[in-house]
Amino acid sequence: MVKGLTLEDIAIFKGGQPLVALDRHIAPGTVLSVMGPSGIGKSTLLSVVTGTLPPAFTFTGRVLLDGADITHLSPHRRMVGILFQDDLLFPHLSVGANLAFGLRPGGSRADRNAQIAQALEEVELGGFADRDPATLSGGQKARVALMRMLLANPCALMLDEAFSRLDTTLRAQVRALVFARARDRALPVLMVTHDAEDAAAAGGEIVNLGV
Amino acid sequence: MKSLALIAALALPLAAQAQTNPADWDAVAAAAKGQTVYWNAWGGSTTTNDFIAWIGNKVQDEYGVTLEHVKLTDTADAVTRVLAEKQAGTDTDGAIDMIWINGANFAAMKDAGLLYGPFAEQLPNWQYVDVTGKTVQTDFTVPVEGYESPWAMAQVVFIYDTADIAEPLSSMQAILDWSTAHPGRFTYPQPPDFLGTTFLKQVLVDTLDDPSVLQQPATDENYATVTTPLWDYLDKLTPTLWREGRAYPATGTAMFPLIADGEIDLSTSFSPGAATAAIANNELPDTVRTFVLDKGTIGNASFVAIPYNSGSAEGAMVVANALLSPEAQARAQDPEILGYGTVLDMNKLDDTQRGLFDALDLGIATLSPADLGTVQAEPHPSWMTRIADDWATRYGVAQ
Amino acid sequence: MVRHARFDFHRLLASALPLLRMKNRVLPVVPALTLLAMLGPVMAGLYGTILPAFGHLPAAGLVGPNLHAFRALAAWPGLPRSVTLSLTTGLAMTAIALTLVMLLVAGWSGTKAFRALERLLSPLLSVPHAAAAFGLAFLIAPSGWVARLLSPGATGWTNPPDWLIVQDPWGLTMTLGLVVKEMPFLLLMTLAALGQTDAVRARSISAALGYGRTTGWLKTVFPRVYAQIRLPVYVVLAYGMSVVDVALILGPNTPPPLSVQIVKWMGEPDFTARLLAASAALLQLALVVSALGLWCIGELVFSRLGLVWINSGHRGARDAPIRAFALTGGILSALSVLLGLIVLAVWSFAGYWGFPDALPDTFNVKTWLRQGDGVLSALAETALIASVVTLIALILTVGCLEAEYRHRRTLSQRGLWLLYLPLLMPQTAFLPGLQSLLLNVGADVGRMPVMLAHLVFVLPYVFLSLADPFRAWDTRNAAVAAALGAGPDGVLWRVRLPMLLRPVLTALAVGLSVSVGQYLPTLLIGGGRVATLTTEAVALSSGGDRRAIAVYGLMQTGAALVPFGLALLIPALVWRNRKGLSHG
Repeated sequence: MVKGLTLEDIAIFKGGQPLVALDRHIAPGTVLSVMGPSGIGKSTLLSVVTGTLPPAFTFTGRVLLDGADITHLSPHRRMVGILFQDDLLFPHLSVGANLAFGLRPGGSRADRNAQIAQALEEVELGGFADRDPATLSGGQKARVALMRMLLANPCALMLDEAFSRLDTTLRAQVRALVFARARDRALPVLMVTHDAEDAAAAGGEIVNLGV
Repeated sequence: MKSLALIAALALPLAAQAQTNPADWDAVAAAAKGQTVYWNAWGGSTTTNDFIAWIGNKVQDEYGVTLEHVKLTDTADAVTRVLAEKQAGTDTDGAIDMIWINGANFAAMKDAGLLYGPFAEQLPNWQYVDVTGKTVQTDFTVPVEGYESPWAMAQVVFIYDTADIAEPLSSMQAILDWSTAHPGRFTYPQPPDFLGTTFLKQVLVDTLDDPSVLQQPATDENYATVTTPLWDYLDKLTPTLWREGRAYPATGTAMFPLIADGEIDLSTSFSPGAATAAIANNELPDTVRTFVLDKGTIGNASFVAIPYNSGSAEGAMVVANALLSPEAQARAQDPEILGYGTVLDMNKLDDTQRGLFDALDLGIATLSPADLGTVQAEPHPSWMTRIADDWATRYGVAQ
Repeated sequence: MVRHARFDFHRLLASALPLLRMKNRVLPVVPALTLLAMLGPVMAGLYGTILPAFGHLPAAGLVGPNLHAFRALAAWPGLPRSVTLSLTTGLAMTAIALTLVMLLVAGWSGTKAFRALERLLSPLLSVPHAAAAFGLAFLIAPSGWVARLLSPGATGWTNPPDWLIVQDPWGLTMTLGLVVKEMPFLLLMTLAALGQTDAVRARSISAALGYGRTTGWLKTVFPRVYAQIRLPVYVVLAYGMSVVDVALILGPNTPPPLSVQIVKWMGEPDFTARLLAASAALLQLALVVSALGLWCIGELVFSRLGLVWINSGHRGARDAPIRAFALTGGILSALSVLLGLIVLAVWSFAGYWGFPDALPDTFNVKTWLRQGDGVLSALAETALIASVVTLIALILTVGCLEAEYRHRRTLSQRGLWLLYLPLLMPQTAFLPGLQSLLLNVGADVGRMPVMLAHLVFVLPYVFLSLADPFRAWDTRNAAVAAALGAGPDGVLWRVRLPMLLRPVLTALAVGLSVSVGQYLPTLLIGGGRVATLTTEAVALSSGGDRRAIAVYGLMQTGAALVPFGLALLIPALVWRNRKGLSHG
C-alpha cells in the first residue's frame, strides 16, 4: 500500500476545454504547492480531491488516498480535510460546538469535552469553548478552523489560499502552525496559493500552473 | 351464498334510506345523540349568530347534539350545494343538515325532492304552534306539508328616525312623496336580497287595487300589466334614493349604520323587534321607531328544513323542536336578544310558559301585536323571481 | 440555554421533515411533487371550467357541447360594464401602484424617509386585503373617520354628504384599495431586484453627469429593475382583475366586476347559472390574458419612448415636485392602511358612535365578548389550515432547493414561469371548476381540499421568499462540513438550515399570511363548512355591523402579523449570543 495522496493523470476541463492537468504523488508529511494566477483553476483542482467539483467542470484521472481509490466517493467519506481563506466557522455554533462538529462520533461526553479542551490548549485558546466565533480575532479563528479540521482525523489536507486573508506577521505564525501540525500527523498536504512565500515556507515541491 | 349476497345488495339502499320515524320521538332523540348538525343560516347578524349559538348549547345539554352554524351570505348557496350533491350522487351524509329557509328556496327544494320529511307536525312542540293565526302551513302560497318547521314570524316594518321624520307614513305613495321631498334619505337592500325583494312586493301589494291576483302564479299574459304600477313607482322613486340609486346596501342590517350616521332617515326591516335590538346594541340611535302602512304589511314565517341527504336528520329534528320550545321562542322574541315574532299560540301555553312572554319588555321601538295590524299574504314565488330579474335589468346593471 | 433552544429547533424541524431524510428515494421526486401540488389543481380546475362552459355537465343531465351558456352570458345586460370594470380597475391599479413605487424608489431610495417606509413594509404586506379594505372603507366613506374628524368644523356637515365614495360605479375606491395593498408588494420586489442592479453606483455616475435623482434613476436603473420585477407586476395585474373579497367590500354592485358576478352565479340554485359562471370564468381568463398582452404592448411603447427620452439628454435636475408627489403618495398609502387598522380598533370597542363625533360616546368590550367564541373558533381553523399548508409548502420548497443543490440543477426561466403560473391564473377561472370536479368525484368538502387549494397559492410565495437566501448561502460551508465528515443530510440539518433560520422563518411567516388572507379558495372549496377569519369577516360585510367587522378584521390582521413578529423575534432570541447571525 502506498501511503499518501496520489493524483493520477488528473485533467480538468471546462466546457470541453482543458484547464489543468497534474500527475503527482504527495508523500505523508510533505506539501505540494500549486501556484499560478487567479482564474487558472487551482481551486478546481482541490475540489476534485474533496469531491465538490462544480457542475460546469469535468475531469479525468484518479485520486488515490493511502492506496484507496476515492475518485467517486461522497465528499464526507473521503477523509480529506480542507481550509479556505475564510475561516468558515459555523456562526450558529460556539467555538466548542464547532470543534465538536469536527470530532468523529463516539466516546463519552466528558471524554469529548476533554478532547476539545485539549485541542484548544494546543493552539493556546484554552477556555474559549463557550465563545461565539464572531467575537474572535482573525488569527484565533484561523487556529480554531485548523483544529476543527484536525479533530476530524483527515488523511490528507487541502489548503485553498488558506493564509491569504491574514496579515503578514499573523500569516507566518498560522502557516508554521498548520505545517507543523500536518507534519506531526503525517498528512499529505496539497496547497494552492498565489503567494511565493507560502510555497517557500512549505518546503516541498512547487508546481507552477499557467507558466 | 349467492342469494344472501343478493339480499344484502338489495337491502343496502333501503338501509341507507331508512331513517327514524319522526313520530317516535324517543327513537329520534336516541338516534340524535352524538350527531353533529350543520345548520346553514345567514350569518350577517351578530344577534342571530348569538341566538343560534345559544340553541346549540341547549341541544348539546339536553340531547347531546352538536350544532355547527355554517354562516351564509345567501341562503341560495345552501340550496345550490344540496342540488349539486344530488347531481353528484351524494345521497347520504351531505354537507348540510338543516337550512334556514322559506319562499322560493323552499318551493324549489320541495319541488325537486331535495327535502326530508314530512316531520314538522310530528315534533313534540308542534302542539304549541299557532296554526290558525299565523302563516305556518303555507309558505309564499306553497303548502308546507310538514317539510319545514316554523320558528319565527316576520313582518315588514318601516324604521324611521323621529329626529328627522315627525309622523309615520301611511302608504307607499306617502313614502314616495316624502322621499321626493327629502332626496337621498331613503334606500332599500339590493335585490335579490330577500328584504329588497320584499320591499318590491310591498310596493306592489300596496299600489295594486286588488292584490289577490298575486296569490296565483304569474303568467306571461298578466305579468306586465300587474307589475306596471310597480315600475312606475320605482322610476319615480329611484332618483330620489340614497346615492341616487346608483348603489344599494347589501342587506337590511347594513342600513342600520346608515341611519346611525344620519345618511338616511327611513329604511325597512322584516323583523318588528330589530330596531329595538339594534338600539340596545348601540347600532341605532334611541330616537328610532317603527311603523306599518295603513293597509298592513307583508308577513311570513321563517322555517328550518332538512335536506333529503342529511346524515343527521334526527339531530336536525331535535334542533327544530328546540326552536319551537316556549323557552327558545320567548328568548327569540326578547328584543334584547333577537326580537323575532313567535309562531306559538299564547292560548295553548300553560301559565309558566306564557309568563316567559308576558315578562318581556318589547322595547321602545317595537310595535305591539295589535299595532302591527293586518298581515298581508306573501305573493306566489313566481312573482318574486320575475320581479327580481326585471329589477336587476332595469336598476341593477343599467346605470 | 442557547444550546437547548437550538437543539429543540433541530428536533422540531427534524421530526416535521422526515421526508428529506429518505434522500435517495424521495428527494429527487420532490420537484415533480411540488409542480403537481401547484399546477395540478389549476389544470384540473380549468378542465372543470371548460366543460360546463360549453354546456357539458353530465352530472346535471346536461350534455354539450353547445354555446348556450356563452349566448346567455352575452345577453346579460350587465356584461359590458362588468367587463369594463374588471379591465379598468386592474390596469389602472397596476399602473398607479407601479408608477408610485418606481417614483418613490427613484426619488428617495437611500434616504432616511425611505428607510422609515421600508421598516413599515413587512407589517403593511401582511395586512390581509379584506382587513385593509374594511379599514379604508371606514376611513373614506362619507360617514368615515376622515369626514368625522373634519366635521362639522371644517366641512359644516352634520349629516354625511350623499356622495357615492365606497362602491362607486367606476370602481375608483376599489382601485384605491388595491393600490395601497399592492404597493408594498411591488416595493418589496423592487428592493429585492435593486440588490442585483448596482443601483448605488449608477446613481452616483448619473448624478456626476448632472442628472436629477429621479431622472437619473429612471434612465439608468429602472430598465434593469423592471426586467426583474416583470413577473410580479403581471401577478399584480392578474390579481387586481380577478379579486373577489376586496371587490365585494369596496367595489360597485350595479353591476359588480366580472369576478364577483361569477361567484354570485356559482351560488345560485339554478344549475344553468353554474354554466353561466363557467362561461364567464373563461371570459375572465381571456380578459386577463388580453390585459397582459395589452400591458406587454405598453411595455414596448414605453421602452421606445424611454429611449427617445434618454437620447434627448434631459437632465431633469428640478425634480422636487415629482419627489414630493411620490413621497406623499407613499405616505398616504401607508397611512391609509395603518389608520384603517386604528379605526377598526376604535370601532371594535365603540359604544354608540353617531356622526359627526370624532370618537364614540363610550368604549366597551361588549363586541369582543360577544364575538369571542366565534372569533376564537375561526382563529383556530385559520391557524390549523395555515400552519399545515405552510409547513407542507416549506418541506416541498426546501426539498426542491436541496434537490436542485445536490443534483446541481438550477431553475430555468421557464421553471420560474411555472412557479408564477398559479399566481397569474385568475382564481375565478379555475376554482369554480375545481369545486365542480371535487363534487363530481365525490370528494368530501371541508378542510383537506381547502388545504390543497391554499397550497396552490402558498407554495409559490414560500418558494420565492426562501429561494434567494437558500441559493445565496456560501456552499464552501458545505465543503468544510463534508470534509469534517458530515453527510448531505447532516450539512442540511446541522449547518445550512440553522444558518438560514431567519429566512426560513420569514418564508414561514409569508406562507402563513398568504394562507390567512385566502377568501375564494376557502369559500368555494370549503363549501361553507370551513369558517376562517377571512370568510367570516367577508360574510359579515354584507350585514354592515361595523363593530363585528372590526373585530374580525383585526383578528385577521393579527393572525397574519404575529408570524412576522415571531420571524423577527425568534432568531434574535435564539442567536442572541451569535454576532455572526444577529444581523443578516
